[in-house]
Amino acid sequence: MTTSEFDSLRPPEPTGGKRRRNGKGKGRRAVADGSREMPMVPEAEFSSYYGRPVVKPAPWGHEVAAYLFLGGVAGGSGLLAAGAQLTGRTKLRRNARLSALVAVILSAAALVKDLGRPERFVNMLRTIKLTSPMSLGSWILSSFSAGAGIAAAAEIDRMTGERLPLGPLRPVLRAVEGPAGLEAGLFAPPLAVYTAVLLGDTATPTWNAAHEDLPFVFVSSASLAASGLAMITTPVAEAGPARKLAVLGVLGDLTAMKVMERRMDPVAAEPLHHGDPGRLLRWSERLVIVGGLGALFGGRHRGAAALSGLALMTASALTRFGVFEAGKESARHPRYTIEPQRRRLAARRAAGITDDSITTAG
Amino acid sequence: MGQLTGPTDPAADAGWGDVKPRKGFFTDTSICIGCKACEVACKEWNRNPRDGDLELLGSSYDNTGALGASTWRHVAFIEQGKDRIEAARESGRALIDLGMPAVPAPSDTDTRPPDTPEFRWLMSSDVCKHCTHAGCLDVCPTGALFRTEFGTVVVQHDVCNGCGTCVAGCPFGVVERRSDGTYATSERQSDRLAHEFVTGVAQKCTLCYDRLVEDEIPACAKTCPTTSIKFGNHDELVERAKERVAELHAQGRTEARLYGANEHDGVGGIGSIFLLLDEPEVYGLPPDPRVCTADLPTMFKRAGLAAAGMFGAAAVAFWRSR
Repeated sequence: MTTSEFDSLRPPEPTGGKRRRNGKGKGRRAVADGSREMPMVPEAEFSSYYGRPVVKPAPWGHEVAAYLFLGGVAGGSGLLAAGAQLTGRTKLRRNARLSALVAVILSAAALVKDLGRPERFVNMLRTIKLTSPMSLGSWILSSFSAGAGIAAAAEIDRMTGERLPLGPLRPVLRAVEGPAGLEAGLFAPPLAVYTAVLLGDTATPTWNAAHEDLPFVFVSSASLAASGLAMITTPVAEAGPARKLAVLGVLGDLTAMKVMERRMDPVAAEPLHHGDPGRLLRWSERLVIVGGLGALFGGRHRGAAALSGLALMTASALTRFGVFEAGKESARHPRYTIEPQRRRLAARRAAGITDDSITTAG
Repeated sequence: MGQLTGPTDPAADAGWGDVKPRKGFFTDTSICIGCKACEVACKEWNRNPRDGDLELLGSSYDNTGALGASTWRHVAFIEQGKDRIEAARESGRALIDLGMPAVPAPSDTDTRPPDTPEFRWLMSSDVCKHCTHAGCLDVCPTGALFRTEFGTVVVQHDVCNGCGTCVAGCPFGVVERRSDGTYATSERQSDRLAHEFVTGVAQKCTLCYDRLVEDEIPACAKTCPTTSIKFGNHDELVERAKERVAELHAQGRTEARLYGANEHDGVGGIGSIFLLLDEPEVYGLPPDPRVCTADLPTMFKRAGLAAAGMFGAAAVAFWRSR
């Protein structure tokens, strides 16, 4: 609508799909979370406020995506270590315990680095909040680390020929090593799964829409990643359980991913298929299949086992980065928030439920 | 763990013994003139720094963009033509027809809308909603976010470690992690001016908690020249909002609707209610927000099942290999 001769001096109207090829406006206010970026998702059938996002993406960097992977590896390794401990597989136990320790140290470092105020990381443990997956996760991670750390310390002491300066504490370490390993095993599945709740329990459209099935994806991914690592580190004679867990993890991962995608709101699921996240997840699926087949048929060959293990670990990392980035992408565009919400509101109204809308006529 | 969904008094639910009446805003956008005095007053009182570079965003007179760590009031400007006005009026009428309080029966008096039919300018001052069930507060791991005795939600910047979970937890995109610094508000402005650098932590509207404890009203409401921003007891504001929307409907302005005045909605009602003149998404507000923690019991169950499955898979893997 032209109402003034000065209209020609205005910047272009940022509506609809016309801006798609118009690169002039994009990224003009690059703020870390992209909340001020101009719209990249065009052909809107819905209204939005100048194409700006409704929700904000979590200010989490790649460290958190890496943590999703490393936490899974740590949890899975802790579980394998406990199993090896109970079934007397000393090499698998040693390698899995060391893997768990390294993974958990890297995990914690990634988490702390991602904080806005890293020096205050201990504030995570100033309370226990049942409504906060981050709080529960911090406690799970700490509890797991305690057990995994003690168990791994005992292994390191043995490997170095009792050269750790333990003094009179050595018998104590020997005595608590077993219980500590089992304690870590007990906290291993929660460690692998809580990150799924952490993502699901947000307003980020793609993560939130996946809240029912993401836990199954994440435990499967953790299982196959840790098993893959054990297949790399451990001779085939002792890695039998790791191969089995890997195959079960592969089956779980493929199934859970499909079920999750089907049960999600179709619009909220879109970022899982498009762009970089889509590419990551497609490669992840391929590598999961390759790694699973490798573990199943070539697992008794040392080289094949190691390659399969590498494929599985890579696949798990790609899954985590894919899901992570898909969620962030979904928060950057208003469409993923508005369309599913409008649809569910309309569905409730069609079903005769009219008393629970945030918008009311009076 | 307090109540996760449904109507409740948030302060009592949070365990306050000495509950004060719930405070909130009623932002009547039908009388907002877009002067942005609220943005300025908020920045000055809370000493929030400039947000980003000074740039023209090309979105009418809105060069603020969105709520954020250093922007706790944001005035939205929307320019609409005839079609959008009619669509808004129609969607408002559909809302009225849903069996909610009916519009007074048409009378013989002239009820044609008084505004110009070809063009309108919507202006709305957005702010933190201070939800009954606040996603940001519930997912905060440190307890830095807390519920005040007034039923509002406030960040303790000296406790927050900047984990950013609240940012993703807010269904309205309000709270944000600050990446540049500012000076903190002091609780006792008169005694001393706390010059404290606040960065790397989550920040959002406090509903001027430091003013409330001194029986002052929030800076934005105090400065608003048209009383578009009203501050008061939440229950009374809801009543006033209902009266106002009925008044507008009686004038034939069926596009008027309330946002956040329903305690049965996905967040249990909000502390800062709005009178809007179009669909909420036009103003950048979510049309059907649902606090993420409402599904927490489901998520715990599914996660427990998945963890048990992982445990079981490991047991099978070792059992058969014995």
